[in-house]
Amino acid sequence: MAIILTESEAKALCQKVLSYSKADECEVNILGEERGNLRYARNEVSTSGSLINQNLQVQSAFGKKVGVATIDEFSDESFEKVVRRSEELARLAPENPEYVSVLEPQTYLKSNGFFESTAGVNPDYRAEAVAKSLELTRSQNMTAAGFLENQKGYSAMMNSKGLFAYYPSTSVNFSLTVRTPDGKGSGYVAKGYSDVKKLDTATATKIAIQKSKGSVDAKALEPGKYTVILEPTAAAVLLENIFFNMDARSADEGRSFLSKAGGKSKLNEKIVDERVNIYSDPTHPDLPSSPWAGDGQAANKMAWIENGVVKNLVYSRYWAQKNNVKPVPFPTNMIMAGGTASMEDLIKSTQRGILVTKLWYIREVDPQTLLLTGLTRDGTFFIENGVIKHPIKNFRFNESPVIMLNNLETLGKPERVVSTESNSNYLIPPMKIREFTFSSLSDAV
Amino acid sequence: MKRRDFMQMSGLGLSAIMMPSVPVIGSTVAAEHLLDPWMDATSKKKLTEIALNAARSKGATYTDVRIGRYLQQFLYTREKQVQNIVNAESYGIGIRVIANGTWGFSATSDVTPDGIAKCAATAVEIAKANSKFQKEPVELAAQKGVGEQTWKTPLKKNAFEIPVQQKIDLMLNVSGAALDNGASFVASNLFFVNEQKYFASSDGSFIDQDIHRIWPTFTVTVTDKATGKFKTRDALSSPMGMGYEYLDGIASEKIAGPNGLIGYRNSYDMVEDAVLAAKQAKEKISAKSVEPGKYDLVLDPNHLGLTIHESVGHPTELDRVLGYEANYAGTSFATLDKWQSKNFAYGSKLVNIVADKTQANTLGAVGYDDEGVPCKEWDIIKDGILVNYQATRDQVKILGEKESHGCCYADNWSSVQFQRMPNISLKAGTEKRSVLDMIKGVEKGIYIVGRGSYSIDQQRYNFQFGGQVFYEIKNGEITGMLEDVAYQSNTQEFWNSCAQLCDKDDYRTFGSFFDGKGQPSQISAVSHGCATTRFNGVNVINTGRKI
Repeated sequence: MAIILTESEAKALCQKVLSYSKADECEVNILGEERGNLRYARNEVSTSGSLINQNLQVQSAFGKKVGVATIDEFSDESFEKVVRRSEELARLAPENPEYVSVLEPQTYLKSNGFFESTAGVNPDYRAEAVAKSLELTRSQNMTAAGFLENQKGYSAMMNSKGLFAYYPSTSVNFSLTVRTPDGKGSGYVAKGYSDVKKLDTATATKIAIQKSKGSVDAKALEPGKYTVILEPTAAAVLLENIFFNMDARSADEGRSFLSKAGGKSKLNEKIVDERVNIYSDPTHPDLPSSPWAGDGQAANKMAWIENGVVKNLVYSRYWAQKNNVKPVPFPTNMIMAGGTASMEDLIKSTQRGILVTKLWYIREVDPQTLLLTGLTRDGTFFIENGVIKHPIKNFRFNESPVIMLNNLETLGKPERVVSTESNSNYLIPPMKIREFTFSSLSDAV
Repeated sequence: MKRRDFMQMSGLGLSAIMMPSVPVIGSTVAAEHLLDPWMDATSKKKLTEIALNAARSKGATYTDVRIGRYLQQFLYTREKQVQNIVNAESYGIGIRVIANGTWGFSATSDVTPDGIAKCAATAVEIAKANSKFQKEPVELAAQKGVGEQTWKTPLKKNAFEIPVQQKIDLMLNVSGAALDNGASFVASNLFFVNEQKYFASSDGSFIDQDIHRIWPTFTVTVTDKATGKFKTRDALSSPMGMGYEYLDGIASEKIAGPNGLIGYRNSYDMVEDAVLAAKQAKEKISAKSVEPGKYDLVLDPNHLGLTIHESVGHPTELDRVLGYEANYAGTSFATLDKWQSKNFAYGSKLVNIVADKTQANTLGAVGYDDEGVPCKEWDIIKDGILVNYQATRDQVKILGEKESHGCCYADNWSSVQFQRMPNISLKAGTEKRSVLDMIKGVEKGIYIVGRGSYSIDQQRYNFQFGGQVFYEIKNGEITGMLEDVAYQSNTQEFWNSCAQLCDKDDYRTFGSFFDGKGQPSQISAVSHGCATTRFNGVNVINTGRKI
């Protein structure tokens, strides 16, 4: 059997598995994927690997007693076995008071996230793409360490009420750190695409080389509050902490940055600048994603923060039922709307500020305020009178993305970025922020 | 062919948020299946010989083979209910070769003679293909074959033999104890891991190892509706290289600390800690917000372990120093020239840091590493001076050494082994000194217990650490609890401010159960031992904000 099943093959397989079910309710989830990667460091290939993964998960329920079992070997015999095992586990399990009956069939949006170009990536393609990058760094006497990873796969689900969902996707992520031979300069680039035709490793490498050369002989600035321009790669790792924490239950329970005094949540309240609009849209051509969430709910276009106001929170089906509201699934992508300004415009309009190209080692310091700490890395620059003056030494920051989005000056044009923390892809604009808090200097390059 | 399942256990309560992606490797099985015996050593030896012969016949000059069965049992509860129980098993074979002077690796779950031979051939093909990019051939430190050997974690109670119901009862008792003492929410986790791995190499080693690890933990949350404030306190347990006996809560393994705090050595009382956690989380709601400035810090082993991990463990990994991790984890300030100078003062004269993979009950303790090197202990920092690194067989020549440090590890049969951190521990002081003795000598300080938020730059200079519980020290006495505390320092400055050590009676290990490194990322588990230690004049910031 192929690893990547077509829609009709996946449907037939799910039906076969369900045919063995004797439980009150049954749900089948399957996935198949093929991944390949090539890693290099010190201008040489260090490791390469490939991964083939398939998995089938069956959830059986007798009343509110639920059991889950999985297999990674696909055969008729194993399909029946996994169903039986999930049923045995369900019978042994204590009642789950939070179990909600499986969903009726849903209607999903159309989203094209599978590209034949990416599906066709092979070891030769990876070697050639990396060779283009290495030629540049070697010829310019710079030192490269990079990682190229591609993936093709699908996921599907079916339940005993007749719901069926299927989504195939492809992706490629490329990241590269270029250092000067004396270790005084370092530059970074990361690109993520669904369609590998958009990936140009040579152009990306040139960006990292330019940042690396430009970051040599950095001067120290006093820590304090500065106007910053965050490139989308830097902004993403801060903003995703908002995305991860949009859960209604935590907010209602009083243990989220979206909780407030008196035991209520901040739903429908303005929490950031009115120009902030964050939404999810699985059909966005630059960031296609699954039109259905893990539990089978339709992932429709959804506003999360609209004109600075919290418009929606994630409601699990259990929490929605308990609170008598409509369930809202966790989004399958995240997009922050932007303006029209280019990076040049943002720099030109800055009298005194700091250009941050990447942030690193982001950790939550206080979940109450979403205060985060971390450091600038791989190219940080001082801007004066609308021009980049010189590279500066890296800073540690302590800042909350909520406070930051209240101190918004200007938004640029969104672009697809890869989070250097979670590896997730987003559409994020560059942004100018006033009074961003840098608390100490770092000697790291 | 590599085959590996990777389920992300996220969103399972606050403890899961603390560990955003807990990797479950393999397919789920019944709990009883985790006790089923796997292949015997003789059968494994035969299979590894197929791989060794196949690789040699295809042109490999060196081969090592790992047949592994990796078992995990993870349990999750929230308040009075069981959220999830995962029993997972993963098995297969990983073959690593040197051909044309270059590494090649391939893995398969098809553990048949035919599948293994094909896998060995693929590993050689990959090595030959990658050799086009190689400038210098790989050179391994010699390792004499050790013949047939076995090693087993010296545990008293195999956690996989303890009925699931007994574990659930414990976790629900933890919930009950916390809720009865003022907790609003409590999420608990029990993690059990067993690696059954058989290593064989063309050097003539055939090593059968059975390794067990355990980590019980929880997060207690207290919310205050009126103010909208909430505070958490995580368990003060440690991940250990032990069996279920770690949860016995033996009195002789407890160290009484100030303000009702209890230090747990090699035995942990989870219910007792949950009671204290609920009380402390409640106290944190109204604790005084710290005045920023310079303080002398008294750091408990359950806190300092992570600081050691980040500021000594990672920077002395030789692959980082050389630039192999530059694109992700970063490089290191502890460059070779500093080591070569023989006078780089990493810390004060009191600072003696040892690396080891032999200390009993630790996460790093094994008999042999994943390239067949017998484990040992060696100095990293001696009397404050940087004297060595952590290295593998293909790296030690850079240090002028002929014998590997035994620091090679892969998190699964399907992952290629590479340099991973051994236990890195700070030696206890030689003068008799308790925590109370230490606090008595501090005029203006903060006593910090537990692992909080942590962040360090990519060369390991600048770091910031929080904690779980903070007490203000004034004129030799604890005056009350503090909140919004984080300290920032520079690694060399910090370790040079090390002013006093408690003695061996206070020595305990802390550790990291899911330490991530590499691309694609692999996990590993490592312990860090120390006694309570004092650092003078460290910069403390206030992390309180309003949104």
